[in-house]
Amino acid sequence: MKIGVLLKQVPASDSRIKIADPQRGVALDDVKWEINPYDEFALEAALALLDAKVASDVVLLTVGGADTEQRIRDGLARGATAAVRLDDAAFGGSDCLGVSRILAAAVKAEGITLVFAGKQAIDGDNAQVPAMVAELLGWGYVGEVDQLEVTGAGAKAWRAAGGGARDVVEVGLPAVIGCDKGLNQPRYASLKGIMMAKRKKIDVKGAGAIGVDAGSVGASAALVSETNWGEPPARPPGRVLQGDDAARVKALVAALRDEVKVI
Amino acid sequence: MPAKYEGLDFYNIDAHLTDEERMVRDLVRQWVDDKVLPIIEKHNRAHTFPDELIPEIGEMGLLGMNMEGYGCAGMSNVAYGLACQELERGDSAIRSFVSVQGSLAMHPIHSFGSEEQKQKYLPKMARAELIGCFGLTEPDYGSNPGGMVTKAVEDGDHYVLNGAKMWITNGTIADLAIVWAKLIPQGGTLADGVIRGFIVEKGDPGFSAPEMHGKHSLKASVTSELVFEDCRIPKDRILPHVHGLRGPFSCLNNARYGISWGVLGAAQACFHSARDYALTRIQFDKPIASYQLVQNKLAWMLREITKGQLLALHLGRMKDDGTMFHEQVSLAKMNNVDIALDIARIARDMHGANGILDEYPVMRHMANLETVKTYEGTHDIHNLILGRWITGIQAFF
Ligand SMILES: Cc1cc2nc3c(=O)[nH]c(=O)nc-3n(C[C@H](O)[C@H](O)[C@H](O)COP(=O)(O)OP(=O)(O)OC[C@H]3O[C@@H](n4cnc5c(N)ncnc54)[C@H](O)[C@@H]3O)c2cc1C
Repeated sequence: MKIGVLLKQVPASDSRIKIADPQRGVALDDVKWEINPYDEFALEAALALLDAKVASDVVLLTVGGADTEQRIRDGLARGATAAVRLDDAAFGGSDCLGVSRILAAAVKAEGITLVFAGKQAIDGDNAQVPAMVAELLGWGYVGEVDQLEVTGAGAKAWRAAGGGARDVVEVGLPAVIGCDKGLNQPRYASLKGIMMAKRKKIDVKGAGAIGVDAGSVGASAALVSETNWGEPPARPPGRVLQGDDAARVKALVAALRDEVKVI
Repeated sequence: MPAKYEGLDFYNIDAHLTDEERMVRDLVRQWVDDKVLPIIEKHNRAHTFPDELIPEIGEMGLLGMNMEGYGCAGMSNVAYGLACQELERGDSAIRSFVSVQGSLAMHPIHSFGSEEQKQKYLPKMARAELIGCFGLTEPDYGSNPGGMVTKAVEDGDHYVLNGAKMWITNGTIADLAIVWAKLIPQGGTLADGVIRGFIVEKGDPGFSAPEMHGKHSLKASVTSELVFEDCRIPKDRILPHVHGLRGPFSCLNNARYGISWGVLGAAQACFHSARDYALTRIQFDKPIASYQLVQNKLAWMLREITKGQLLALHLGRMKDDGTMFHEQVSLAKMNNVDIALDIARIARDMHGANGILDEYPVMRHMANLETVKTYEGTHDIHNLILGRWITGIQAFF
């Protein structure tokens, strides 16, 4: 079985993000990039199936420019067997649906039967792409998965259903799984993995190679546009309650009841 | 969330590293953040080595990583140096473990061992399934190892070893020891002996390795005596391809090279802690970082770390292309340990009373670096090596 892992690079989670231009978005020039943390769970899930010989290949799929190759190499160093970087002038400015069309076409072109993705990426936090990829392919999708069993024919997936309850979902293959924290402990690369990654080729493919209609992706096809970027409102300063213990407790209870309205 | 540790790179050394070298550095850096820093103070306090890390160090492939074949990763010496730097940012004990295993125990087998010895030991040592140590120093012979009195004599198809080694890193936890001893010809005396390397295994009759106690430095590392009382080992345990002090010195050169990088990790840990502390500690209504005397200290640290990095990187490139000579290693080991120790001391001072607490890493590094100054050739022994290179006159004795 060939497994695909959707791998996205995102600004490191401790980056200080600045607005470059209210129309265009954030300044990314000085940002340090890393693999989207949820995608690390996706990659580990795939590698575990490779180790268990359930999977024969683990293919990384990334939409992005050459600057993403360092993250792709990192994935290869951990043990992915191949990588495809999806890059085409026509892809620029794609919204989530556009990116999903590109990825779905690549999944099909690569002959993949099971896709792991992070449940969301921590940059846009849209949580749309994995479900859209599944929909475009006509496959089942289970998101926010934190426990998983894969057999040859299908998968059984667990996820939190709120209030401590658990959903258990069975899905036939092919399918897309959105991975959450808790699913596994991502492995470290090894030095041998790093040396081997050097020899693995990253295939670069454009619209023609994966058979996606260039008119259905990119800025011109985007249904969603982001128009007004701004800083989050400054947090109001905290308030220190005065008086003796009894007076402070009283004031705290009053504030929680009347101002914050949580009790 | 506190910002992730980022190394100092004032002169954009990153641009001179290969992708693999950067990946190794980032991998080890992340691992140290995740696995070493959360537990190291506990082990330092308890005088214990974090054994639980050993399998992970093996799995990553850090042991003997700059050697070819036999399960070793075959990476550049610069990559090895970068790994040492990150490990020692955690603690000198962790870097020492890796230095001893790779440069002092695997290297002599790789360079001077028989094919059978290489096959038998190296793949398992690379995976950390066998731990090695290096026995050169004796109670009465430290800077002058040529005077050693540990001796070996032939007895049928065995060698019999007698003597004692001291200050041996990993000794008690080791499965095998590379022991340097004088092989005395039949009927000869110590003066007729030639220094040879022997592989002594745990459990060999007459061999014991009691741990040494009471250290104020390198507390999270195991330091031991090696005692040989009519210790009998089969004849195929001698390293066939080296005679004399060249054997141990070749090992030391490798380890010293790693130290010249490693201590920069400790220095950077101290610099970061001092900078962060100076920016947040308010005295006389301002952060102490706003005073010129404090800035002068930080500027000096930046200057020395940057020079040390350039030294280590250039040395590594020369080691990789085979043009390095051993006096160059002496200069880098001596200089970088020297500045790291001074940086640690000044960082300790800048933390005020907090500097003596184990809430901050500075005093641990400071104490560790006292060992690093002494082992692998003391500061002054390296001065003597350079003095001989400059003048052609040896001044050791
Ligand atoms: C924690 C720790 C771990 C160690 N691990 C190992 C190990 O794994 N394997 C191993 O074999 N050894 C190990 N050592 C030993 C280390 O290599 C020796 O301590 C070192 O070589 C110095 O020897 P010494 O302690 O006998 O000091 P000495 O040689 O007695 O030196 C004392 C002082 O005299 C100075 N001195 C000596 N000779 C001269 C001279 N001719 N001219 C001027 N000054 C001189 C020295 O510079 C030093 O300042 C370790 C030591 C420590 C502290």
